[in-house]
Amino acid sequence: MTLIAGIDIGSRSIEAVVLDGDTVVFSKKMPTTFDPLQQCRELFKEINAPHVVATGYGRNLLAESGLHPDVQTVTEIQAYALGARAVHPEARTILDIGGQDTKAISLLANGKTAKFEMNDRCAAGTGKFLEFMATALQIPIEEFGDFALQATHCPTINSMCTVFAETEAVSLMARGESPANIALGLHQSIVNRTKSMLTRVGITPSLVFAGGVARNPCVVKNLEKELGIQIVIPDNPDMVGARGAAQWGRKHFNA
Amino acid sequence: MGKYDAMWEKLNIDLPAHEGLMEVLGKFYGDIYLSQQGRLQGMEYLDLVLSEIHGLRVKELQEAKQLQGRKVIGTFCVFVPEELTIAANAIQIGLCSGADAGKEQVEKLIPRNTCALIKSFMGFKLARLCPFTESCDLIVGETTCDGKKKAYETFGKIAPMYVMEVPQRKSEQDRALWKAEILRYKETLEKLTGNTITAQSLKKAIVIVNNKRKAIQRLNKLRVADPVPISGRDALLINQVGFYDDPERFTNQVNLLCDQLEEKIARGEGVAPQGTPRLLMSGCPMAVPNWKLPYVTESSGAVIVGEESCVGTRNIRDLVDESGQTLDEMIDALTDRYLKIDCACFTPNSERVDNILNLAKETRADGVLQYTLLFCQPYAQENFRVEKSLQDAEIPSMVIETDYGMEDVEQLKTRIEAFVEMVK
Ligand code: SF4
Ligand code: SF4
Repeated sequence: MTLIAGIDIGSRSIEAVVLDGDTVVFSKKMPTTFDPLQQCRELFKEINAPHVVATGYGRNLLAESGLHPDVQTVTEIQAYALGARAVHPEARTILDIGGQDTKAISLLANGKTAKFEMNDRCAAGTGKFLEFMATALQIPIEEFGDFALQATHCPTINSMCTVFAETEAVSLMARGESPANIALGLHQSIVNRTKSMLTRVGITPSLVFAGGVARNPCVVKNLEKELGIQIVIPDNPDMVGARGAAQWGRKHFNA
Repeated sequence: MGKYDAMWEKLNIDLPAHEGLMEVLGKFYGDIYLSQQGRLQGMEYLDLVLSEIHGLRVKELQEAKQLQGRKVIGTFCVFVPEELTIAANAIQIGLCSGADAGKEQVEKLIPRNTCALIKSFMGFKLARLCPFTESCDLIVGETTCDGKKKAYETFGKIAPMYVMEVPQRKSEQDRALWKAEILRYKETLEKLTGNTITAQSLKKAIVIVNNKRKAIQRLNKLRVADPVPISGRDALLINQVGFYDDPERFTNQVNLLCDQLEEKIARGEGVAPQGTPRLLMSGCPMAVPNWKLPYVTESSGAVIVGEESCVGTRNIRDLVDESGQTLDEMIDALTDRYLKIDCACFTPNSERVDNILNLAKETRADGVLQYTLLFCQPYAQENFRVEKSLQDAEIPSMVIETDYGMEDVEQLKTRIEAFVEMVK
């Protein structure tokens, strides 16, 4: 079988998956840095696949770089749709909250994309928002979700704008609200925004939650509560895009 | 000194700023238009008009003014009846407003969250960048949206402004109002030009403008072939040029182009392979040089097969009945024709939805992109209804809200590419 590499070049991280038939034989995640092409160059020292399928905002960059003789591109929407179906064939709705964008995708029963939504220009409601707020509250980002789960009460944060939300958080702090409660409020605002995005595309189970933020237990728990359904979290939520890109290659090259 | 500098200087253009604008525009044009593969020969006419946009045509206007004493009327909207303008022996030109200009100055006079189109026409005037605006003896506005309505009050202080009241409904009273407005415009023209509009001159003008519409209608029929013989970008450009070139010359050129398209179709040649996903653009007008979305779309593996827009079918779909003999009959025909325009400013406006559905069918579109200028209330409101109707007809659609800035190009690319993958 031909090896096919899927590479997802996001704003924060690059993920790569190599498929041999249906088996993942390699997978790796690394930071994007300011020189994503250099990162890809390093990557190609480790993987030797005749076909590469790139996705993510850097997909065209890689395709045009000439670093590899055969680079095809697909959008994140298609990559996440295919990736989610690969790890969970029942998937009908996909949520991806990544470093700088959020997308909600609904699929037809046959796996074709029916509708999608993407956040526009700003980073409201994305991983970046959580990261920024965790830093403001001086909590390591990996622990931010657990920290918020210790809250006793959920204050309302109205602003989705990263800058204004911080102002709100600071004024809540000045009013004596505990950092854990504020953290919960911030998580809840992401949950609300995500819910409305999902509602716009329509929520049919199973809902697969991919992207880095899927690792945040507070977002997952509260989203499940809001939607009243169970959410499927893949083992490696960050790898879904790369997996989907490789999956597209499987179809495309009939490998 | 450039060959038109003296003319521009006389028009009080800010020369250094203007030169900068022309450079950007030229590069933009090169990237978006001249780089296309397999373009039609006849497009050279459009390339010439565009590359000389502020030169040749403005010179013609100046000569018409000086040597023939003709007046120049500027417009922003397809509601201004060109037939009357021509019948009064004046020249009507659409003022572009498709690029950001003079932002800082504009935002001192009107709110920042105003649509880019309004900001643009104000900006071009304030920054003294547009020789067309400066050539106008009268600029005709219309009350189609609150943004324009109020902006014209401010604009009127710096430009020779005249405003037509467009009704918002289509009942008998509204028709009476619109007819009165047409008559008032006729009188205004007669006073400005010193020419009386006669049944004879109006009849002739109606035919001239109808012929222009027919030429674009012909183009629209031809461009739906698969493979598509002409890119959506080029078709848009033709529509745009139609707003400021001489109407009879324009009609001839478009018909010549159509002859070539027919030959091309007969040879089975296209600008994109057969089966390329076909999209319809729908919504706000795209004035020169607002080519961002068509360019992104056609670089994402799709072709645009129609524009449901004022710079598009809304401007040319309906003809004026040519059977009228008396002046009054012709005024009635004009009134009726212009009231058929399905601008989002009307309430209710169900014709627009029907027209979109029909156009999607005629053009065999695989999907519709609803183009909305940021802060444009009327079209943003209609997006929901249009989307719902398209959904019921099983035609995928997506709303694109944007302005003239370039910051969102990457984002747009991803969304449109994904949409194209979806409709494939
Ligand atoms: S959209 Fe409405 S207001 Fe704008 S140009 Fe068209 S008819 Fe005029
Ligand atoms: S785009 Fe919308 S807001 Fe702007 S002038 Fe046209 S109708 Fe008015």
